[in-house]
Amino acid sequence: MTWHNQRTAVAKLATGVPGFDLIGYGGLPEGRSTLLSGTSGSAKTVFACQFLAEGIRRGQTGVFVTFEESPEAIRKNMEGFNWNIPAWEAEGKWAFVDVSPHPGQETIVSGNYDLNALLVRIENAVRKTGARRMSLDSLGGIFAQLGDSGTVRNELFRIVSALKKMGVTSIITAERTEEYGQVSRYGIEEFVTDNVIILRNGLEQEKRRRTIEILKFRGAPHQKGEYPFTVSPNQGVVVIPLSAIELTQKSTDMRIRSGVPELDRMCGGGFFRDSIVLLSGATGTGKTLVTTSFIAGGVESGERCLLFAFEESRDQLFRNATGWGVDFEKMEEVGNLKVVCEYPETGSLEDHLIAMKAVVDEFKPQRIAIDSLSALERVATVKSFREFAIGLTSYIKDKNVAGLFTATSSSLLGGSSVTETHISTITDTIILLRYVEMHGEMRRGVTVLKMRGSTHEKNIREFTIDGNGMHVGKPFRNISGILSGHFIHRPQDEMDRLREMFKEDADGVAQTLNIPGAGDRGR
Amino acid sequence: MSFYLLKLYVTGQTPRSRRAIENLRRICDEELRGQYEMHVIDVLDRPQLAEDEKILATPTVVKELPMPMRRIIGDLSDADKVLLGLDLQSCQLRSDTATRKEEGVDLA
Repeated sequence: MTWHNQRTAVAKLATGVPGFDLIGYGGLPEGRSTLLSGTSGSAKTVFACQFLAEGIRRGQTGVFVTFEESPEAIRKNMEGFNWNIPAWEAEGKWAFVDVSPHPGQETIVSGNYDLNALLVRIENAVRKTGARRMSLDSLGGIFAQLGDSGTVRNELFRIVSALKKMGVTSIITAERTEEYGQVSRYGIEEFVTDNVIILRNGLEQEKRRRTIEILKFRGAPHQKGEYPFTVSPNQGVVVIPLSAIELTQKSTDMRIRSGVPELDRMCGGGFFRDSIVLLSGATGTGKTLVTTSFIAGGVESGERCLLFAFEESRDQLFRNATGWGVDFEKMEEVGNLKVVCEYPETGSLEDHLIAMKAVVDEFKPQRIAIDSLSALERVATVKSFREFAIGLTSYIKDKNVAGLFTATSSSLLGGSSVTETHISTITDTIILLRYVEMHGEMRRGVTVLKMRGSTHEKNIREFTIDGNGMHVGKPFRNISGILSGHFIHRPQDEMDRLREMFKEDADGVAQTLNIPGAGDRGR
Repeated sequence: MSFYLLKLYVTGQTPRSRRAIENLRRICDEELRGQYEMHVIDVLDRPQLAEDEKILATPTVVKELPMPMRRIIGDLSDADKVLLGLDLQSCQLRSDTATRKEEGVDLA
């Protein structure tokens, strides 16, 4: 039995939280309670509100039981996500059950009590709104008000059981004291045992990284492990479901022009329409130039092009392009080009990914260039960066868009970048730009290292840059060790002798096999 | 002696509800000598009132007058606590109880 069949075993209710329903295989188990546990500041309340907000968007009403924050505070805090709770309350789509502590009123306990009043209020709110969704945020608040007593525990257990009978799908939030440790404070998981989700907001190498993990869904399958998420001002919680992304990209034989005719020839006739090209080189080798040509080539062919720049400002980029005879300003005016300049430090990689997806969705480009991808490395851990690179590549490939990413290698001669290490396997084409030291002079070389699904030239060719852009010339012949950065020059006569040796061999083989014309090769 | 306005919220006609009503009436009769008004509200009949008054547990007594407002939760079987809640007790006992409550002693 595959999980596709299992999926029907427990009905799921789509939360509408972007990405979550993918890792939850459809959403939250319907008609049950799910514990959402997280440390302070892990976006529990946002998730709990979003669950109801998305429900309302889908025509399902909701009840929000608040144990800590006052309804006023929640209404105000959620304004930023464009969730107009007062309007929903007026329309009868959202109801608060306010169990927040009332300041100034001392409470004294004398004898036995129960929480029937709370249960009656919850039932009343569900009846009034016809709610299918409920959020209780956060259950720990009740212990703070009444003390951690056996009565409170028994009563909460009774309330959670009653929720099941009401048939509502609920999220119950709880505090935890550390990122990796017991599931929740006060052991709330003991009475909400069916389904547990954990939100984390860990600190790794001075950087915050939010993740969500479905710890268990009783009787229902789900994706395992931690998934990065971010809290976006427009959408709320957005989960990035990396391993849940399916490899369904189509493939095409269609070639597009790279913008540098010689480079097209080296690639066997241009890049593929739906391929990702990684352009790697040290600083100053001409990555931005190739990017500019790629964009210009796209605009010339009537394609919509999108450029994300993380290293240079708009002005710098436009000035550079003008220096190579490309007028970005005019292209933007016509509407075939959109240039987005952003400092990597303005957000986490998850934020960038979501912002970039939004721009791609809006502009609908046929070409995307990112200059440079390595600039984004510095705002994240290696793990986050890899997830970002995979998330972005799969998104772009899914849209059948050609992508050109640049990566800066750390050393001037030879070497590779972290970016390459992490995304080289998910790119279709890798082009290297390298400095070549020749007789006390720095020259530049270009080579196509790999190209999926196509033959390509294996030479390392010299190229020059002038006011018209990039010009690829002859292959380097009497020098080796360019990729490693340890150059070995060979005298011309030795090179000639080597070539003669191989030519004779080739001739010999051709004669033996009697292949006509084979002996002409290389002449 | 000031006038007392007390509202007692209960859920249904349970033994606990009856116990709370009896206990409150007895204490009031003994200590307040007719200077009080007592309303019993069944949350099952008035769920919206319970919502508006933010009643969490039952039974709950809300002392609306005299100020300050105060709540006493439980079946009121601990008469000392009730007196404390009604401001009819010495300060000594109050601070003593407050400490015990902070320590998380199970008062139920």
